[in-house]
Amino acid sequence: MMQEDMRVLAHEEIADQIFKLKLEGEMVQTITEPGQFVHIRVGGESQSIAPLLRRPISISSADPSTKTMTLIYRSGGLGTSLLSETKIGEKIDVLGPLGHGFPVDATPLKGKALVIGGGVGVPPLYGLSQALIERGVHVTHVLGFRSAKDVFYQAEFEKLGRTIVMTEDGTSGKQGRVTDVLDSVDFDAAYTCGPIPMLRALEHAITEKPLFVSLEQRMGCGIGACMACVTHTTDPNDAKGYRRVCCDGPVFKAREVELC
Amino acid sequence: MLDVHLPGLKLKNPVMPASGCFAFGAEYSNLYDLKVLGAVTIKAATLAPRYGNPTPRVAETPGGMLNAIGLQNPGVDEIIRKELPRFEENKVPVIANIAGSEMDDYVLTAEKMSQQSAVNALELNISCPNVKHGGITFGTVPEVAAELTAKVKAVSEKPVYVKLSPNVTDIVAMAKAVEEAGADGLSMINTLLGMRIDLRTQKPVLSNLTGGLSGPAIKPVAIRMIYEVSQKVSIPIIGMGGIQNADDVIEFFLAGASAVAVGTANFVDPFVCPKIITELPEKLNAMGVSDINELVGRSWKK
Ligand SMILES: Cc1cc2nc3c(=O)[nH]c(=O)nc-3n(C[C@H](O)[C@H](O)[C@H](O)COP(=O)(O)OP(=O)(O)OC[C@H]3O[C@@H](n4cnc5c(N)ncnc54)[C@H](O)[C@@H]3O)c2cc1C
Ligand SMILES: Cc1cc2nc3c(=O)[nH]c(=O)nc-3n(C[C@H](O)[C@H](O)[C@H](O)COP(=O)(O)O)c2cc1C
Ligand code: FES
Repeated sequence: MMQEDMRVLAHEEIADQIFKLKLEGEMVQTITEPGQFVHIRVGGESQSIAPLLRRPISISSADPSTKTMTLIYRSGGLGTSLLSETKIGEKIDVLGPLGHGFPVDATPLKGKALVIGGGVGVPPLYGLSQALIERGVHVTHVLGFRSAKDVFYQAEFEKLGRTIVMTEDGTSGKQGRVTDVLDSVDFDAAYTCGPIPMLRALEHAITEKPLFVSLEQRMGCGIGACMACVTHTTDPNDAKGYRRVCCDGPVFKAREVELC
Repeated sequence: MLDVHLPGLKLKNPVMPASGCFAFGAEYSNLYDLKVLGAVTIKAATLAPRYGNPTPRVAETPGGMLNAIGLQNPGVDEIIRKELPRFEENKVPVIANIAGSEMDDYVLTAEKMSQQSAVNALELNISCPNVKHGGITFGTVPEVAAELTAKVKAVSEKPVYVKLSPNVTDIVAMAKAVEEAGADGLSMINTLLGMRIDLRTQKPVLSNLTGGLSGPAIKPVAIRMIYEVSQKVSIPIIGMGGIQNADDVIEFFLAGASAVAVGTANFVDPFVCPKIITELPEKLNAMGVSDINELVGRSWKK
């Protein structure tokens, strides 16, 4: 974990309010797993005090050979709107890499993985899929979005493996929810990130095979010290009874913790 | 230049992380050597383990944040077993923050904690706004605060600093009550009670409904209270509330603080404490000040 002013190499809107941000810096060399995240201080240079807190954003993909990493985020609130104004060449205060990501070795070498994403839960799954493919794993992606204007990275995922895009209104791909197509896919392990109702449905649907879920939670420190981001374990006899999403997660085994 | 001596605390500099914003030091010790700090104030300990409040527990506000962690901690025995050994080797002074919901919990917790060799002083948290019972009532009624202070003093083997709540009409009355009851020092301020409502759900953002406001937004309140109290008590004050840089530290000293704690700013910049400690000598030199103790209360001293 380190704090670094990382240089913006590219920054563009790739779907409605969805931005792709490419950063360069030494931190990239210290990323250990897909699904880790960074904590970004927005507007730190401007001396303004709002927004005060850092914003957690997943690392979508990383390339240690060029010391670059890509983040994909939705601009909406105070911090992310300000972030979206950052220009190429400027620097951004980044703390990371943080947390524990997806265990790629839960899928056997040359096995089959199912990767399921919803909305802005999709970004970390791209780096995950790349890492799985490096292990010779055959990956199927199911990506859910609200509407055609929200879809991003479809072509990128298609290059890595079979990709089923679903939209709630049917304006792109198939109409419906990600859970509608699970029966058609054969897999050894599944990985998911997205809205809570989707995670809940998947924890219900996938019980025979390993499933890993990535959670979101409001954060303070992002490094395990403030106890803002905790969630209960489902096991009432667990020694601690809770996990911190920022450092014990954000990725957990399905049903290990309560979905917050 | 930065050395500060307070009851139980020989500090090489007056800067320490504030309770609850640094856990028990493990996380930040991965980032820097805790020995650079003047002291470490560890997270509140209660007699029994506490899980705390449901999430969301934090919400950002203009220039600040609300928190309703609810004193989550593994309980005093576990803290003594698992967390304090870190400081036996580290040689950084430790202030142990104590909380409770009944008089007896406080007293038992304080007694156990004060017996630990790694602990240099206690900080009695009579001001946590985020627990349903106790905490805040001890912090708002001077007679109750005084009674608690006296009981804890009677069992404590280490000096006792009482952490005051700003959620009172007369902070000076509170300060004097606990001074008379035997407090060795004061910590001020804890968080201000606040609330945010989500426009979409039209409900409070925090699941606890209310939370404690911290960060730069509360600094003027802290400065005012320390200015008022330091003129009326003769025990030292550890000042806190919105400190972000060395200039803020100097402002707290001018108001009447003898040391400072940094809370929320650690979340914004995890290296903020060492940065402030490095910046302070330059700032003091520029002011022509050779000893930071000279600054204490200068804003009101004749
Ligand atoms: C581990 C993790 C990874 C994430 N990865 C991504 C990603 O790759 N792409 C992406 O678009 N979003 C991601 N998010 C969600 C992202 O953190 C929020 O969208 C963002 O913090 C909102 O900030 P804002 O300034 O737009 O909103 P504001 O309304 O100004 O935010 C106010 C406060 O609430 C917090 N907050 C608001 N929404 C969320 C949320 N959903 N999760 C956590 N905190 C929130 C903010 O951090 C801030 O402290 C991730 C969240 C977590 C916890
Ligand atoms: C997340 C969080 C947790 C806190 N926990 C405690 C605590 O356990 N005990 C305590 O006395 N104060 C606690 N505080 C209050 C701080 O120690 C400090 O008094 C207050 O935040 C003001 O300082 P700041 O503006 O620098 O954060 C907490 C504050 C925050 C933000
Ligand atoms: S955000 Fe502080 S403990 Fe997780």
